[in-house]
Amino acid sequence: MTIRSTVETTLIQVAEEQNKPLPPLSDDLPLLDSGLDSLCLAVIVARLEDSLGVDPFGTADEADLPVTVGDFIKLYENATR
Amino acid sequence: MPPASLGSLRAVLRRQNAANPGRFLGDEATRVSLSALHLADEPPRAIEKYRDATVLLALPGQLAAAIALIALDGVASRVILWPPDAQAAQIDAVCKVASVDAVITEWDVRSHDDQKAATQAANAGIAAEIAPSATVTEWVLLTSGTTGRPKMVVHSLDSLAGHISPAGGPSAGATVSAGPSGPGTIWCTFYDTRRYGGLQILLRALVGGGSLVLSCAGEAPAAFLARAAAAGATHFLGTPSHWRRALMTEAAQAIAPTYVRLSGEVADQMILDRLRAAYPTARIVHAFAATEAGLALEVDDGLAGFPARLVGQAGGPAELDIRDGTLFVRSARAARAYLDGDNTSIPGADGFVDTGDVVALHGDRYHFAGRRDGTVNVGGQKVHPEEVEAVINQHPGVRMSLVRARANPITGAIVVADVVLAAENAAKHGASAAAGGMQDDIRAFCRAHLPPHKVPVSIRIVPSLDIAASGKLVRQLA
Repeated sequence: MTIRSTVETTLIQVAEEQNKPLPPLSDDLPLLDSGLDSLCLAVIVARLEDSLGVDPFGTADEADLPVTVGDFIKLYENATR
Repeated sequence: MPPASLGSLRAVLRRQNAANPGRFLGDEATRVSLSALHLADEPPRAIEKYRDATVLLALPGQLAAAIALIALDGVASRVILWPPDAQAAQIDAVCKVASVDAVITEWDVRSHDDQKAATQAANAGIAAEIAPSATVTEWVLLTSGTTGRPKMVVHSLDSLAGHISPAGGPSAGATVSAGPSGPGTIWCTFYDTRRYGGLQILLRALVGGGSLVLSCAGEAPAAFLARAAAAGATHFLGTPSHWRRALMTEAAQAIAPTYVRLSGEVADQMILDRLRAAYPTARIVHAFAATEAGLALEVDDGLAGFPARLVGQAGGPAELDIRDGTLFVRSARAARAYLDGDNTSIPGADGFVDTGDVVALHGDRYHFAGRRDGTVNVGGQKVHPEEVEAVINQHPGVRMSLVRARANPITGAIVVADVVLAAENAAKHGASAAAGGMQDDIRAFCRAHLPPHKVPVSIRIVPSLDIAASGKLVRQLA
């Protein structure tokens, strides 16, 4: 599985578990105004740390904080490169 | 000399309004002018029926609750603030323990029949006897307890707001600087005003002569920030988790705060640095406060933790002491007692309140190192491990479990569990990947029985857990 598909699958899975409606994913979809709350994102980041072995938030600069789903995927792609 | 009392909120606002006619409280739909409120000595008749009553204020909206609070302070003998995330199932227990006479709410409250009768009788008594004297209202805040039943913490307007310098009146004793604020300051809080941290901001706005922009349930953070910016807000409060979330929206650039405050969770260096980068000219303050201990310290040097020299030093919002690695706090900001049937005093015999927060000295600063009792703070919401363990242990395949914190860059911490399976399941699953189905099953079981922030994000099957000589699980601080 590519990093992108792992991240996307995790986003969809967690939204479903937490009963949050999630519109179809696209790179310019805002990450936090899409229906996911902080807790969803916390769960997603923890799951991705387990499956990918990285926590890019731990080291990201302020400029790197993801605003869109595309930014979020890129953060993980860069961290696992 | 003991500081002068603020009196009632009604009196505080009346003293200020002539000087600041433009003040408001606003949410998504409504803006209420503070000078338009009925602030005469004699409260309106609709409020008189709550004279000397114990009122549970359970309005879902923050704006309506704030208006009701202004009306009831100085009239009701006791107002209990029901936070929006409290479990409705606990309302009966709260009513019983606190001897609630009336519930103000939009919900359909079901209560025991006998209690309902008691409520009606009490209300009839209140209506018949209208006392003209001013009442000092007890303000009761709810905080989560180990068993899932909320603990009720008794404050007063003076313990909550005595440190805030009132606009247009003499200072009520030692005050705490709130940054470049004062009459005309427009505040904004992400943090609900029915919780200690958020209530501090409501009171800073009301007592300090300012205005306040409130969030609505379900409002997206970007929409809220845009609204706050449009209203001219310059002073913002949020938990570190609120701020992490805010900085992940485009709207973070729409606001221009001059004062950024963090409370409710430990502020780590990363969030302080990110806020500094995002708002280079703002005064950034992280406060440590607890519902029981009140406001204990405020740090504005941009560094996590607090300077060790503050311990034992006078002049701050409270006296600090470190005992066995735990922070103790003494000040007039502390709550008086728990409303638990026994009125258990919150300060100890020497006046100090045990915060239960463990601190560790690194160089010349103390850093918060978790809770002594293992309580996990998930984005500002407390989780008691025992409560989650009790649910996991009800699962038929589980023998015992240990719930603890795992660090998380979004909510500060998140809950994880180590689980020992019952003998027959352990034999079947071993410690292998076949246990995966069991983990999913336990997680689904937790989701069915616990609010989302209490559900373990990961469940590890372990062969055994350490038990101390006392027979208790060994809990290690995260």
